[in-house]
Amino acid sequence: MSASQTLAARTGSLFHRFANPGRFLRLGARLQPWLTWPALALTLIGVIWGLFLSPADWQQGDSVRIMYVHVPAAWLASSGYMALAVCSVLSLVWRHPLADLAAVEIGPVGAAITAVCLATGSLWGKPMWGTWWVWDARLTSVLVLFFLYLGHIALIRAFDEPQRGYRAAAILALAGAVDLPIIKFSVQWWNTLHQPDSITLTGAPTMSTTMLWPLLICTLGFTLGFGAIVVARLRAAVMESRARALLSARRGGASS
Amino acid sequence: MTRKSRRLWLVCACVLGLGAAAGLTLNAFSSNIVFFMAPSQVRAHPPGADRTIRLGGMVVAGSVTRTHEGETPIAQFDVTDGQAAVRVRYAGILPDLFREGQSVVAVGTVGPNGAFTASEVLAKHDETYMPKEVAEALRASGKWDPKYGKAPDAASWDTMTVKDARHDLAAARGPKDGQAE
Repeated sequence: MSASQTLAARTGSLFHRFANPGRFLRLGARLQPWLTWPALALTLIGVIWGLFLSPADWQQGDSVRIMYVHVPAAWLASSGYMALAVCSVLSLVWRHPLADLAAVEIGPVGAAITAVCLATGSLWGKPMWGTWWVWDARLTSVLVLFFLYLGHIALIRAFDEPQRGYRAAAILALAGAVDLPIIKFSVQWWNTLHQPDSITLTGAPTMSTTMLWPLLICTLGFTLGFGAIVVARLRAAVMESRARALLSARRGGASS
Repeated sequence: MTRKSRRLWLVCACVLGLGAAAGLTLNAFSSNIVFFMAPSQVRAHPPGADRTIRLGGMVVAGSVTRTHEGETPIAQFDVTDGQAAVRVRYAGILPDLFREGQSVVAVGTVGPNGAFTASEVLAKHDETYMPKEVAEALRASGKWDPKYGKAPDAASWDTMTVKDARHDLAAARGPKDGQAE
């Protein structure tokens, strides 16, 4: 057990270096422009390339362009939840204060991007499949992910004592992480109306490179944008908690 | 053992347990999670006439007949999974993606004679995305006829640009009707 002990202790001390709010604020301020500006530039390039310059699909026509928003949104819906799960482990095991704040801030951003994924998918489904919605494994598991996000947002803010909310929401986020492999592999394990992945680790992507490049650029741009929004929200949250601590200290000082 | 490592092991154990429970549950219900049945399954175990099922497969090339009953368009076509075929009858407007060689999912019931009456037909899109010109170049070169199923291996076409495809298409048409264009 000594190996695990040192592992837990060592990882803990690594993460706790960033638990210092002052250190995080300095790092965040330096990181912010490197996320925001590349995110805006890449998203702009990717969206213009995808929506106007890339070719139309041979049978979907121009509806294929929904993909340039839908696929990055779907990727971020899952990745955002993965980040939430990692924060939850840090919170439950190491009681990392910054991980708690990060979980509070990731939730709404992830829920919004999951809503974008569901909405764009539905808009594509109507003209292509002939239906807005079906209860196949892929669509249903992503809807469950959306509800998990909503549940997390509600639960983490539901207690007067924030620590209890952090604990309960972390348990919910970790339990919900079971949904992530289900989303990923749903199109392989069961037959679904949703198409299987075009981009896989094995084999050539079954997508023309003229469409693949704008898709990759959009995905990178959206991902950096997600990071930029979360870091900005997290910095604001850290500053807010500092301001609140200062105020309560002053009030405490005045009353005594 | 410190409290931290105890919590770490507890979290790991809970995640593992929950994952195993979810895996077993999904495995047990996997026949209910599948979105559609294949024609060979429907042939082997025909469901009752009152049970609505989803039938999924490829529309057989040359099997589509379209008629009208008053204002309502009636389409009849065979759906196959390569082993068995089921005749589907559908009254209504088919989705835009419907064509011979396309995968479809038909919602409906199996009649006593084995024919399938659909109340809804959904087109299934596969994972290939290619520009119109590339699809035409593949067709002209004889590498792929969309009527008979999926596109050839992606490595053979995914780097083909629209310009290459137009060039190939012109070359393939050249001897026959190059003059006319």
